[in-house]
Amino acid sequence: MSLLSVRGLTIRFGDQTAVDNMDLDLEPGRMLALVGESGSGKSLTALSFLDLLPDAAKWSAESMNLGGENLLNLNDKQKRSLRGGRIGMIFQEPLTALNPLHNVEKQISEGLFLHQGMSQTQARERCKELLRQVELPDSMDMLQRYPHQLSGGQRQRVMIAMALANNPQILIADEPTTALDVTVQETILNLIKRLQDELGLSILLISHDLGVVGRFADDILVMHRGRQVESGPTKDVLANPRDPYTRHLLDSEPAGQMPALATDSPMLLEASDIEVGFKTKRTHLFKPAPVFRAVDRISLALRKGETLGIVGESGSGKSTLALAILRLIGSTGSITLDGHPLHGLSQGQLRPWRRRMQVVFQDPFGSLNPRMTIGQIIAEGLAVHEPTLAKAQREQRVAELLQEVDLPTETRNRYPHEFSGGQRQRIAIARALILKPDLLILDEPTSALDRSVQYQILELLKSLQQRHGLSYLFISHDLKVIRAICHRVMVMKDGKVVEQGDVQTIFDHPAEAYTRKLISAALA
Amino acid sequence: MGFPLNNPFKNNPVWARQWQAFRSNRRGYWSLWIFLTLFVLSLGAELVANEKPLLLSYDGDLYVPVFNTYPETTFGGFFESEANYRDPVVADLINEKGWMIWPPVRFSYNTINYDLQVPAPAPPSSENWLGTDDQGRDILAGLIYGFRISVLFGLMLTVLSSIVGIIVGAVQGYYGGKLDLFGQRFIEIWSSMPTLFLIIIISSFVIPSFWTLLVIMLLFSWMTLVDLVRAEFLRCRNMDYVRSAKAMGVRSPMIMFRHMLPNAMVATLTFLPFILNSAVVTLTSLDFIGFGLPPDAPSLGRLVGQGKANLHAPWIGISVFATLTIMLTLLVYIGEAIRDAFDTRKFLQ
Repeated sequence: MSLLSVRGLTIRFGDQTAVDNMDLDLEPGRMLALVGESGSGKSLTALSFLDLLPDAAKWSAESMNLGGENLLNLNDKQKRSLRGGRIGMIFQEPLTALNPLHNVEKQISEGLFLHQGMSQTQARERCKELLRQVELPDSMDMLQRYPHQLSGGQRQRVMIAMALANNPQILIADEPTTALDVTVQETILNLIKRLQDELGLSILLISHDLGVVGRFADDILVMHRGRQVESGPTKDVLANPRDPYTRHLLDSEPAGQMPALATDSPMLLEASDIEVGFKTKRTHLFKPAPVFRAVDRISLALRKGETLGIVGESGSGKSTLALAILRLIGSTGSITLDGHPLHGLSQGQLRPWRRRMQVVFQDPFGSLNPRMTIGQIIAEGLAVHEPTLAKAQREQRVAELLQEVDLPTETRNRYPHEFSGGQRQRIAIARALILKPDLLILDEPTSALDRSVQYQILELLKSLQQRHGLSYLFISHDLKVIRAICHRVMVMKDGKVVEQGDVQTIFDHPAEAYTRKLISAALA
Repeated sequence: MGFPLNNPFKNNPVWARQWQAFRSNRRGYWSLWIFLTLFVLSLGAELVANEKPLLLSYDGDLYVPVFNTYPETTFGGFFESEANYRDPVVADLINEKGWMIWPPVRFSYNTINYDLQVPAPAPPSSENWLGTDDQGRDILAGLIYGFRISVLFGLMLTVLSSIVGIIVGAVQGYYGGKLDLFGQRFIEIWSSMPTLFLIIIISSFVIPSFWTLLVIMLLFSWMTLVDLVRAEFLRCRNMDYVRSAKAMGVRSPMIMFRHMLPNAMVATLTFLPFILNSAVVTLTSLDFIGFGLPPDAPSLGRLVGQGKANLHAPWIGISVFATLTIMLTLLVYIGEAIRDAFDTRKFLQ
């Protein structure tokens, strides 16, 4: 007898069907993973149990039972007792899900006052107990903290404590670790798993990442475009995927390694002792403001046709390093491109060098100007570096580039908002490549994309590298991606290099404890 | 640069959608049309309200007194000076050998009607449709010319102060740092000056004309847009597409113009009608207290003054009041419609 059972759930926005005739069964004490790419309707499905769908959504279901009780004809009061009472929920981004003006105690005890009518002292005791359960210190200091004083992992733990406050039967975790670093991700998922065993919770884990899910969930339900594609025990689904879409998802996990680089490949980029400091707030009126070193004496070298991966958790300074190499922010040290030093050049002197190193950013929505057509966006570099080029030639080049990144050439007259994340990233790559650069800096180019799209972009990058002998500086927090695409890897932490070397060596025999932790979290 | 500076507004679906949103606000849409009609009509004020005929025929020849000056002797009069067509003697001379076509209102803003049957200010009559002021000048003609100069002054001030404001805001927001810091402090000090008093003081030793007044007022009105544009540029400078352009080596002015300005234009366009409004009001109040345009210029402010001085002649005050109200209300409605059209929450849903 399943705890939560849903039959024939359909959710519509206008005439678009977001979720189509879904059946779902959550067994008591088990963890069910709802897996699918963005837009597959997995979050909507979960929200419908609590009747928290946006107003524009119209939904219906044949039946929806929680422990034998019909959820379809509850009144508002009963629905409220359900939310945060019998069903607890954890959201993806704990920074926005927590009220920034409430301290930890207030966040957690709000639900206690609401559902159990506890007194202040009772609530405080319960708060401490919950903090112990989620492995946070139960000190007054912790209770008094505000969300901005907590780390990402701590925030997510507070969220879990809030969700557990009223002893729910079901915990819905909507991408609980997507916004977190790998090592933190690991500990949070372990915590959720432990709570499941200890408290006998039923957990609905929503995730886009089959790799994570495979290790923790008991059952899997795969969704694709609002439809249920496949479901069953995790082992069966992962071992014998019956549906082609599930197989496609499994195959999209980055795998394989780059072939070794020719040993006589010439050196392209050399950077030594790069240092970027930001002035922090003055602590003393007459003393100079302390300097925060985002990048602390980093040296790296990149040969032609080589990919150097830079791995690190958020705040490790890897993006700052990229901006420093691009000479977009001030830095000390020396950078040479093809033997020519780039420090000490004015913006004008730097311009001819700019075309040889280009950049692709993470966010495919922020990196294209929404008010320019794709053609204008891609051709912009030509206007700067080849202003004499005739219009027809320029269009010709744009068309070639679009073909190269596998987009139809007609797209050049359209605007960015008409494209999906993966297509936008292709456009960003085309813009970077139109100047025929030698070095492409890729700052988390696939992090905002679904696994299968990520896979396509990585394949595209590999083939472009082979065709044009490009060198990549590939920044990522995702070790699987790094292993699949890089020749060498550099691990960063707090602005410093922890370790660097060949991908093979680093992944098989990491020398440093930090690297080992990262690798075991990501590839377990 | 050999790059086609394509009009960023043309064929852009975002702008097309905003135009749709603007049109769907019926009140603002019609306000725009009414205002444009009034403005175009007032631009041709000389053809609508004038003391000279539009066209006359004398002795088989055609004359255009609106555009050309003819001495009275041309029509067989005695004086070498310009013909006064309102003079019954001159009119008779012309009508004997031809005809005259008059504009709808037979007065210019400074024409004194000496033929009044009652002492000035004269109430509305078939000759002076809205009556006259205490000098015997036609109110309607004064309103038409006053409306034109107010709107033209307002438009010029708005355009100039927007250009200055956008440039200053853009530079501050784009470069940030010390430039921004000192710029902001300067603006804070400059904007805390009592503008009206300063204009009064300055105009007491500079003889105010249309252009000097424009410059003086520009000194204090360019700051309205700075904060808006600066904030928008501060937000945009860290956008990845701006970074990409920098990495490509695009020059700063080009980045500002092509990548950042279109974003700032939303805030700017939304503000324009309100800036225009406040410019018109400032000019009117300066004229009202007598420190505005030179005494021989048509002006709504001076008509307001006439209305205040002649409370026993309510047609003066009521006419000016109605004109100002209609003009300012139309502008506010247009502004509201533009604001709705640019409201991203409305069309991104």
